[in-house]
Amino acid sequence: MSVLVFTENWDGQFKKLSFELVSYAKGVAGMTGTTVTAVSIGKVNETELKKLGNYGADKIISISNDQLTYLDSQAYASVIADVARNENASVLVISNNNTGKAIAPRLSVKLKAGIGSGVSKLPIKTDPFTVYKRTYSGNAFAHMVINSDIKILTLAQNSFDISETPNNATIENLNVIVDGSVNKTAVRDVQKQSGKILLNDADIVVSGGRGMKSPDNWGSLIEFASSLGAATACSRPVSDEGWRPHDEHTGQTGKIIAPNLYIAIGISGATQHLAGISSSKYIVAINTDKDAPIFEAAQYGIVGDAMKVLPELVNAVKELKK
Amino acid sequence: MKILVCISNVPDTTTKIRFAGDNSSIDTTGIQWVINPWDELSLTRALELKDASAGAIKSVTVIHVGAASSEPTIRKALAIGADDAIRVNAESADSYYVACQIAEVVKKEQFDIILCGIESSDYNGSAVGGMIAEFLEIPSVSAVSGITVVNGQSVMTREIDGGKEEVTVPSPFVAIVQKGIAKEPRIAAMRGIMMARTKPVKVTEPVSAEPLTKIVGFEKPAPRAACKFVDAENPAQLIELLLNEAKVI
Ligand SMILES: Cc1cc2nc3c(=O)[nH]c(=O)nc-3n(C[C@H](O)[C@H](O)[C@H](O)COP(=O)(O)OP(=O)(O)OC[C@H]3O[C@@H](n4cnc5c(N)ncnc54)[C@H](O)[C@@H]3O)c2cc1C
Repeated sequence: MSVLVFTENWDGQFKKLSFELVSYAKGVAGMTGTTVTAVSIGKVNETELKKLGNYGADKIISISNDQLTYLDSQAYASVIADVARNENASVLVISNNNTGKAIAPRLSVKLKAGIGSGVSKLPIKTDPFTVYKRTYSGNAFAHMVINSDIKILTLAQNSFDISETPNNATIENLNVIVDGSVNKTAVRDVQKQSGKILLNDADIVVSGGRGMKSPDNWGSLIEFASSLGAATACSRPVSDEGWRPHDEHTGQTGKIIAPNLYIAIGISGATQHLAGISSSKYIVAINTDKDAPIFEAAQYGIVGDAMKVLPELVNAVKELKK
Repeated sequence: MKILVCISNVPDTTTKIRFAGDNSSIDTTGIQWVINPWDELSLTRALELKDASAGAIKSVTVIHVGAASSEPTIRKALAIGADDAIRVNAESADSYYVACQIAEVVKKEQFDIILCGIESSDYNGSAVGGMIAEFLEIPSVSAVSGITVVNGQSVMTREIDGGKEEVTVPSPFVAIVQKGIAKEPRIAAMRGIMMARTKPVKVTEPVSAEPLTKIVGFEKPAPRAACKFVDAENPAQLIELLLNEAKVI
């Protein structure tokens, strides 16, 4: 038996979430007395593959097949399901990101495996198999029992600490044949920005709300973010107004993120906004209104005008770097 | 062409969640039930596509798996503009169960495009859409932030890390939609509300299916430490605290 973990790479480098996933899988394997097998789809070289061993993978299966260049949920799920059967997997660990959300439900039906989605901690117990899972957009956490023989857990990004447990993992290159009848997604065009810090992967996020008043005021916010190596985000009205691009919108109906540090500037802290950011380790709020609900969620706050505070914060970070 | 929109019935997003009895369920007293925000947007987009199709899209149907008590939510979808509705008369036990019921209906009724929201705001499962597609062995595209139909071919925009892709799949398929799919949810007008009363809601009985998961208890998120305030005259102190106390920069 094994815990099978589906890893993801970005242009051949594993994403940080892959190490979180393997660390998590190692934890689950410890609870169930099994080993960890990691699956990688895409062109990843051997040195990079070996890295998964550092976090506890016992075996690494690498599949690099041209037909799997683009995500087709049906094709990916059938490939992973075959591996899961061969490896006699009892638990599958997958990210709760866009890719994971595309694949996990299909695997669930293929393997008749119940899904615990958006887990952030190791299972509460294994008999019955009970997971701790986010519900009501973070306003409640459920204890959910998975009754099927095989279980699928999707891990919330940035929620589980990476831990190193070096292992000399074996690498197996697997050739698969992808049946065209299950690989029907045709990609016509790709637009990809490189160099930008991805919001879901960022350790620090600086976010602006309607209190920023105008898109013209974003200069100092962006400067502050880049001085911290942070990604930028915004509240919904800001993206609705077209002040900032849609992919920056966080919250109930936007991105759900869990950085180490979330800095909310001119954001009131509506429930729907908090739904997207409440799992952040630290929340900082800068707001003119001392009664703004964001301060109830925050650990650090400044009651003040963003336009005055931001330039001073930029200077303070500069001083620090000297 | 026919479109099916899957609708989930959830507490209004501002609801303060309270638990009942021994924390094994949600206290539903006083809760306002609404169409799941994502489903409202996908319904809106389906109606826009129909309006723009010059008759090529014949109908937009909504489907819901739930007890009779969820009828008001279904009527609301009809008031917004759906042509008809199907309710599978069963409590939604888990996403596997719900997806299985919807897939059974689709097998009988034939739809070309099936739209599902990326998640329901109650269970945050993100699973029903992909499961329906797998039960039916048809393609699914997720993280869809845009969809158009050109000469019968659906073209979708899907979000990927750091960008987007334009993709097509043959019909029938399931699109799992998210932010961007429609700008604002369409609001029911008075005329729509009147018409909704007479639109058909077909009630079907569930097929037997076994849920794979069960929620046995709830707990509140861990409370956070109270906010520590830094004087607005000295913002540099914030940086100092983040560096030395929280150790996050
Ligand atoms: C179904 C549904 C889903 C939703 N989903 C989301 C979502 O995903 N994400 C989201 O963000 N919202 C969402 N909303 C909207 C949400 O309810 C709030 O309206 C929104 O979050 C408010 O954005 P804001 O904080 O930027 O603006 P406001 O609420 O207008 O707050 C602006 C804040 O800026 C402060 N301010 C003003 N001037 C200054 C200054 N000079 N310096 C510092 N502070 C200043 C004010 O005191 C105020 O607190 C949703 C709503 C609904 C109904």
